[in-house]
Amino acid sequence: MRFHDRIIPLARRRTAKLAVLTAISVLAGLPGSPDALAAIHEFTLGNGLRLIVKEDHRSPVVVSQIWYKAGSIDEFNGTTGVAHVLEHMMFKGTRKVPGGEFSRRIAAAGGRENAFTSRDYTVYFQQLQKSRLPLAMELEADRMRNLVLTEEEFSKEIRVVMEERRLRTDDQPRALLYEKMVASALQAHPYRRPVIGWMNDLENMNVADARAWYDRWYAPNNAVLVVVGDVDPAQVFALAQKYYGPIKPRSLLPLGRRKPQAEPPQIGIKRITVKAPAQLPYLVMGYHAPVLRDPAADWEPYALEMLAGVLDGNESARLNRQLVREQRIASSASAGYDSTGRGPGMFYLNGIPSEGKTVADLEAGLRAEVEKLVQEGIAEEELARIKAQIVASEIFQLDSMSNQAMQIGQLESIGLSHRDIDTMLKKLQAVTAEQVREVARKYLQDDGLTVAVLDPQPLEHKPPFATPPGMRH
Amino acid sequence: MLATRSLLILFLGISAPWASATLPIQQWQAATGAQVYFVESHDLPILDVSVDFGAGSGTDTPATSGRAALVLRLLSLGADGLSEDQIARAIADVGAELGAYFDQDRAGIVLRTLSSARERRQALDVLARIVQHPEFPAGVMEREQQRIIAGLKEADTRPDAIADRALMQMLYGDHPYGLRGSGEIATVGALRREDLVALHHSRYVASGATVSIMGAVTREEAAAIAESLTNQLPKSAAVGAVPPVSQPLAQIRRIAHPATQSHILLAYPGLRRDDPDYFPLLLGNHILGGGGFTSRLMEEIRQKRGLAYSVSSHFMPLREQGPFEIGLQTRKEQSEEALALTRKVLKDFVANGPTERELAAARQNIIGSFPLRIDSNRKIIGYLAMIGFYKLPLTYLEDYLKRVESVTVAQIKDAFQRRIKPEGMVAVVVGAPEKE
Repeated sequence: MRFHDRIIPLARRRTAKLAVLTAISVLAGLPGSPDALAAIHEFTLGNGLRLIVKEDHRSPVVVSQIWYKAGSIDEFNGTTGVAHVLEHMMFKGTRKVPGGEFSRRIAAAGGRENAFTSRDYTVYFQQLQKSRLPLAMELEADRMRNLVLTEEEFSKEIRVVMEERRLRTDDQPRALLYEKMVASALQAHPYRRPVIGWMNDLENMNVADARAWYDRWYAPNNAVLVVVGDVDPAQVFALAQKYYGPIKPRSLLPLGRRKPQAEPPQIGIKRITVKAPAQLPYLVMGYHAPVLRDPAADWEPYALEMLAGVLDGNESARLNRQLVREQRIASSASAGYDSTGRGPGMFYLNGIPSEGKTVADLEAGLRAEVEKLVQEGIAEEELARIKAQIVASEIFQLDSMSNQAMQIGQLESIGLSHRDIDTMLKKLQAVTAEQVREVARKYLQDDGLTVAVLDPQPLEHKPPFATPPGMRH
Repeated sequence: MLATRSLLILFLGISAPWASATLPIQQWQAATGAQVYFVESHDLPILDVSVDFGAGSGTDTPATSGRAALVLRLLSLGADGLSEDQIARAIADVGAELGAYFDQDRAGIVLRTLSSARERRQALDVLARIVQHPEFPAGVMEREQQRIIAGLKEADTRPDAIADRALMQMLYGDHPYGLRGSGEIATVGALRREDLVALHHSRYVASGATVSIMGAVTREEAAAIAESLTNQLPKSAAVGAVPPVSQPLAQIRRIAHPATQSHILLAYPGLRRDDPDYFPLLLGNHILGGGGFTSRLMEEIRQKRGLAYSVSSHFMPLREQGPFEIGLQTRKEQSEEALALTRKVLKDFVANGPTERELAAARQNIIGSFPLRIDSNRKIIGYLAMIGFYKLPLTYLEDYLKRVESVTVAQIKDAFQRRIKPEGMVAVVVGAPEKE
């Protein structure tokens, strides 16, 4: 909770993003089914704001998250990063609540707060004692419409954002590799641009850019409010009506009418190299893959999710067992897949070669694992293991109110619904070994592949610990 | 049998919440000698178990640096006739998760499983075997040594890791708290299997074990779990004390690095777990740099001047004095300006203390946010393990609120003046400007 923002990483290391979804139906099959769980309630205000409330009465606390359906996917060249910059500026005050006051009031109420921006959405959240929910709503509703954006505050905050970019990307060899890899894999789709924005765009951004973004997207009819906690849904609805109800909607494009900017098919392998100060090389192989659009009719995204699990869902999964433990080609090897999102999907394989091995050895090892899976298929036992892990992780995440709110908000913000959760879990459990093999065969092939290699460069200076201690002061 | 929920509500009460009740912790000593801490809750079909030992990196020596971490890492990679793959599969087949906790004082194995009978039985069986009968297979050990060494080589190129390592060396000198937990390239490579066996034998003993249990089992079941996790451990007495920490030599090191930002760290010996100045220093730090966006460092460095994305200070309380640390990162060209400003903020704070208003705000935040600290099983078991390991009173959480409530501005100022010497800090700037 130390930062005002967090960029959701592009590639999740572990599988089971779909598995981050609640399902009472799956839980019902287990002994000791929790009665602290309750149904999900939804409301839509007259101005278009959607409110989703999930009761969790285990502790007298509440989490409130507002999700704006505007992320870096909605940006244009020249102002990349503006969604995230505006997220920073949202803490700079309104007429009623001057700069810094938002954080002070939430802190004084014993609350925690933060925000983050991703490719698909921008989210602001507070966690508090349940009695303080009205304060959070009042403050959040106020800055939905009344933000004061000044040149002076902007000029300071843009420097903070540039420091953030240096910290998280420019000086992080693997993050830099991912940034350039995605920018190479995609030619047309806006996912090719980093959420944090290109440095030159940040350097040339001005307060008018931030204001235009705010005026365009910050409106009740572009937002979903998710509240999870020890609350009464009717009371939460009344609060939302009171604080958000008076805000007029804006004329803006709903998700379904924004331009798809579909990526043209890749028709041949791409390879890039990134040189950065590091010791170990790093390899990323990214394959274009579909994402979930129709939870009831689609099957491939579920099979890809299971594929990621079979490759890397646990310590005994194929990549770790074969490449790290048995063949010792890799110091680490993993797979990842984002099954949901507004834009196109990618399936990742990545890893670090072990001492004495090269990235070429590792690439050959990863390819051999894929080939073996395509040729020989997978064992029922492997699949059952991943399914058991998904069921358990569903239940485990009920321990966190924030995670419960996150999964609802994510789905609602990308054009799916929290009501799809049930379907998604059932479909995951129904995936067959043959389907896993089929999606591996179909999508893990060279024409849709981008290979990115981190070529480690020596630090230009002597090793730091060979030098004597510095001067006293 | 009280559910967690009702207790927490009672705990919060109405006017003076912290005065009424606390987390319903049950505590007893197992027949094996292990200390057991248990909170029963049937709200979710989940069981969390943590087994903790005094086997942190503070048990390492400069020659064996990395030993304690390697022992912990290898527990689940071969035990009691099970191979690493058999262990991984047995855990994954029931959807359980194995984790670890490691710091200078403590090594802990953490299990989360469904509480239903089959899942729980299988997961706990594996846990009991890896805690009590690790095999440290030679081939696995050698492979893991190679992987750790690869990670250390990489870390030695990262500005944050370089800064942290240099800072701890300067702060602690020869004291074991100054050793890097994961070890050094030379020392990790030199570790032998018998070194690991010896540490396990001397430190993973029943009388030194803390077993924390949170979730959907009964007291009787919890008691049986605690026995089964410790009844095959050595019965020998737990050994070893951590030597006291001495004052560091005030100095600054500037280390060149090609990164665009400088990583700036300052440190001084901080808090012991049973420190009489614990609460004044904790509250003071909240105001100085621990309280997020409302802290002085954040206000001066980030909000007013845009010098850094992240800046904060913290105390890490340990058996002996853990570090008090301030850290930030900023574009190289302005690193001296940011360092000077950080020093000034600290100096002013130590000289003048906080204002009444700042203290009131900090108190409000810490007390008001208390329910958030114990709003999940995961958080509660973290407290159980900590309370148990350091043998803190069962009323620790309740006392915490009372103590926070009673701290005064004068106490904070006095404690900081006695304990934190701004001119005595050790400091590191990695990625220092080239002009040197």
